[in-house]
Amino acid sequence: MNKLTHIIRSELKSLMRGKWVMGYGLIFLALTDVLLRFGGGGPETLLSLSNVMLLFIPLVGMIYGILYIYQSREFVELLLTQPIARNTLYWGLYLGISIPLMSAFVIGSLLPLIWHGIFVLDVGSTVLVLGLGAVLTLIFVSLGFVLGLAFYDDRIKGFGFTIVIWLFMAILYDGLILFLVFLLGDYPLDKFVIIVSMLNPIDLARIMVMLEFDISALMGYTGAVFNRFFGSSYGVITAAAMLVVWLVIPMWSGLNVFSKKDF
Amino acid sequence: MSIPSQMKNLKYIVTVCLLMVAPQLYGQISVSLDGPIKSISEAVKMAEPGSRIEVQSGVYEESGILIEKSIELVGIGMPVVNGMGNGFIFIVRADSVTISGFEITNTGQSYVRDYAAIIIEKVADFVIENNVVDDVFFGIYVADTKRGVIRNNRVESYDLREASSGNGIHLWNANNPQVYGNTVIGMRDGIYLEFVEDADIRDNFSSQNNRYGLHYMFSNGGSYYRNTFTKNGAGVAVMYSNYVDMSDNNFEDNWGGAAYGLLLKDIKHSKISGNRFYRNTVAIYSEATSDVEISGNHVELNGWAVNIKSNSIGNRFIGNNFIENSLDVRTDSPRNNNTFEGNYWSAYEGYDLDRDGVGDVPYRPVSLFSVIIEKQPAALILLRSMFIRLLDTAERIMPVLTPKTLYDEKPRMERIP
Repeated sequence: MNKLTHIIRSELKSLMRGKWVMGYGLIFLALTDVLLRFGGGGPETLLSLSNVMLLFIPLVGMIYGILYIYQSREFVELLLTQPIARNTLYWGLYLGISIPLMSAFVIGSLLPLIWHGIFVLDVGSTVLVLGLGAVLTLIFVSLGFVLGLAFYDDRIKGFGFTIVIWLFMAILYDGLILFLVFLLGDYPLDKFVIIVSMLNPIDLARIMVMLEFDISALMGYTGAVFNRFFGSSYGVITAAAMLVVWLVIPMWSGLNVFSKKDF
Repeated sequence: MSIPSQMKNLKYIVTVCLLMVAPQLYGQISVSLDGPIKSISEAVKMAEPGSRIEVQSGVYEESGILIEKSIELVGIGMPVVNGMGNGFIFIVRADSVTISGFEITNTGQSYVRDYAAIIIEKVADFVIENNVVDDVFFGIYVADTKRGVIRNNRVESYDLREASSGNGIHLWNANNPQVYGNTVIGMRDGIYLEFVEDADIRDNFSSQNNRYGLHYMFSNGGSYYRNTFTKNGAGVAVMYSNYVDMSDNNFEDNWGGAAYGLLLKDIKHSKISGNRFYRNTVAIYSEATSDVEISGNHVELNGWAVNIKSNSIGNRFIGNNFIENSLDVRTDSPRNNNTFEGNYWSAYEGYDLDRDGVGDVPYRPVSLFSVIIEKQPAALILLRSMFIRLLDTAERIMPVLTPKTLYDEKPRMERIP
């Protein structure tokens, strides 16, 4: 445990020296503040913030994750010669990057929300949006780690895959769903679209945002499965559970690759 | 028999005599459970036109109280009238009757007759006020009347099925009724009007009714304002009526596949202004309406702000605020016969170079996604997705599938206060 905190602390120091994380936090600070100033405040701001979050956090998380693996190559290889368990090293690296990223997002967005008084007004929605951002950061940093470890020597390939995966998950996946919906339009599709959307963490987060802000529209669709799913706590619980699964799988597979890898 | 008890009897007899003379003398009868007159029906029978009956608190198990004289029935300390499930409780068949301050409960149900706590038939100038009507089939049932006031009553019932519940305040063929400050909860329709002329409905609160909070049928003229309608099964419906004025009402939290903040069907020459629509599935649904002016409303966080069918013609949406509705306008036709002008749309992304507060490019409130879910409702799950946003933006720049003529030429840049 001592070693773990030590690694995290040294990571943190080097990150602070780089100032990138600070910049990342400041971007969210400026963005949220501008949204609040010009967007009228209230639910609109949180919705705009969640749109930005759904698009950029996955990209930034993955890029940071993979970049981190590449940058700290010498550091990792040095530490591996020391009597430190690979588990500890992995968690140290992982938390050392994801905790600062997460806090940069949460603090950067939260401060303007507090000084504009939205946080007090709408605690539930704020916590949901920021919490989702935090979870997405965790998921995509670990995805970045997995990719970085998989393409350890071929950086171009690693970055290429990162961009392609982001593009697919953030944008193209929904196009695919839409295509399937039109293709299979003659069949009852309620269950199908719910399950398919649950397979993508960005869609999962989007569904949770929808459940918070658009429930009145969702109730307008007359499908019984839809209504039961979204109209009760069932929808939130399932989506949250799936997010946890999405959190665990890349983390675990990253750990697996890291422990078995011949550096 | 001892002397004191004899005295007591004597006292009793004197009191009864006095009380029997009293109505003639003072025009006032007192009913109480420990007094000589223990039943409201009895008191009503004894009363002369113009007299006042005061009912002291207590539980009266009575039903079918037939009032055929112009009297005033006043409850003192909220007496309870329990109909024991035997049908109508108060039946008013005379002009200028007042019923106030009663708790009326348990009419029983019927699929044949509209049992009501108070039924008022073929009369004028009634006053029903400050009553609590609880657990009944119909609440206050008005038929064939002129004028009359229903105010500050509370009607509540608990049946969750549409077929086996009645309306809270039911007005049929009434002229100039005034309905003020009532609270109606858990009935079929909160306030129901059919063939009512010039109704004046204001400051009512209608919530959690199985069907509509307010149901307006074939009722011309009249206005309803400053009412609040929340969590009703299907919102508020105004149908087959002309010259209705709907303003400053609050439509909130009406959710469901067939739930609307305000449903308009076959409405002509009416005004909808200054209302607030908040978190309804569809804020305003319009079918076959014409010449309706919808202005100065605040439409926020609804699923759809407006669902307007192609048979709606010549309606004007002017100066409304449309804020963060999941979708702004939905329609089933590529043509547009209505006007949208000078509204504020929070989804508008245009610019204002000449700084006159009006956007320089028109806003198209029907998005491509709205057209998509009209065809494939299951696609609704893609709401707010980046892919959909890209499609919408492309469509807004080059409209192909969305109605080309449905746009707001002068979208406001700022929220209208």
